[in-house]
Amino acid sequence: MKGKFGLGLVMALCLTLFAGFGAPHAGEGIEGSSKAAKLDACVEPTDYMRRNHFELIKHQRDITVHEGVRATDYSLAGCVDCHVRKDAQGQHVPVNAPGEFCSGCHQYTGATLDCFTCHATKPTGNGQ
Amino acid sequence: MSQQTDHLADKARRQFLTKATGVAAATVVAPGVFLHSVGNAAPREEPVNDSVRWGMLIDTSKCADGCNDCVAACDKENGLDQLIKPEGASEEQWDMQRPRWIRSVKLKNNLTGRVTTLPMMCQHCEHPPCVDVCPTGASFRRADGIVMVDRHTCIGCRYCMMACPYNARSFIHENVQLKPTATPRGKGCVESCNLCVHRLDNGLNTTACQEACDKGAIVFGDLRDPESAVSQALAKYPAVQIRADLKLNTGVRYTDV
Repeated sequence: MKGKFGLGLVMALCLTLFAGFGAPHAGEGIEGSSKAAKLDACVEPTDYMRRNHFELIKHQRDITVHEGVRATDYSLAGCVDCHVRKDAQGQHVPVNAPGEFCSGCHQYTGATLDCFTCHATKPTGNGQ
Repeated sequence: MSQQTDHLADKARRQFLTKATGVAAATVVAPGVFLHSVGNAAPREEPVNDSVRWGMLIDTSKCADGCNDCVAACDKENGLDQLIKPEGASEEQWDMQRPRWIRSVKLKNNLTGRVTTLPMMCQHCEHPPCVDVCPTGASFRRADGIVMVDRHTCIGCRYCMMACPYNARSFIHENVQLKPTATPRGKGCVESCNLCVHRLDNGLNTTACQEACDKGAIVFGDLRDPESAVSQALAKYPAVQIRADLKLNTGVRYTDV
């Protein structure tokens, strides 16, 4: 009985460890086949983007919806287009999937990500 | 400082590239042949203003009974065809509640028996009742006359659906799986025709319904420009507003109703 419990504990530990291997760490989301992975910086310097990306998106959304301005560096569609990764089959992986660019940090920091309840998580090619 | 200069240079280069691709797209079609809408296709840089008012004239005598072309084109353009019936809902329920920007409406004159079919959508009023009743400002009228819903501020109260005399608004009842980039949508928000605003903002001047109608029943354009096709047609044909008695000054007009 005691032995079985010990075995179970070891297995549980192993599972946790292996799961840990695959899990992303904050800030490593741009690894891979996204356009962003090939660039030195985002639309603003990286340290600025880390702290202020949501300010940029939030202001942009009002300007786009109410004033119709679309020629912009700060659109959410732009974020998705650049940061979305392709899998081995060449298919886009949703940018909010676990471990992808957006959720990589947002899960780590426990910040709720609401954009993708409504917005497309991969480019759909019908206007930005 | 140098980092900032580099950044500005990058920005300039990016803008140059954007414009260069735009030019290429316009010329690639064929030498001497320009698709009307491709010629000036570029994303809008300046805020919209009221020097333009978008509107439509619909010639209902050209609308065949049973024709669904404009509705289908609108559904496809705006991803409405990707919405699926909620689990457990009956066909009748779904038919009644499914989000649609254009409805095909049939009118019958009880005295003469004459039947008219027409597409009914948001009429883009100058004085929109939906905007009057919206408690959050989500329902708004853009400077160029397009009545829209800002889904970032919509709380799903549906006052606007009650206020609209044209039954033009739909409600998204369930989570949406497939969302097009140009028309984001989600559970708990109201939506309606926005005259294909993503096309207009990207330099095109057509709507999906107008393009799909091979009988030419829909004329779309700038009501403020006397030279535009829609203004010319309005000057020529006797057009009416539906429920003109409400004095909403609609942007969508009909003939032969």
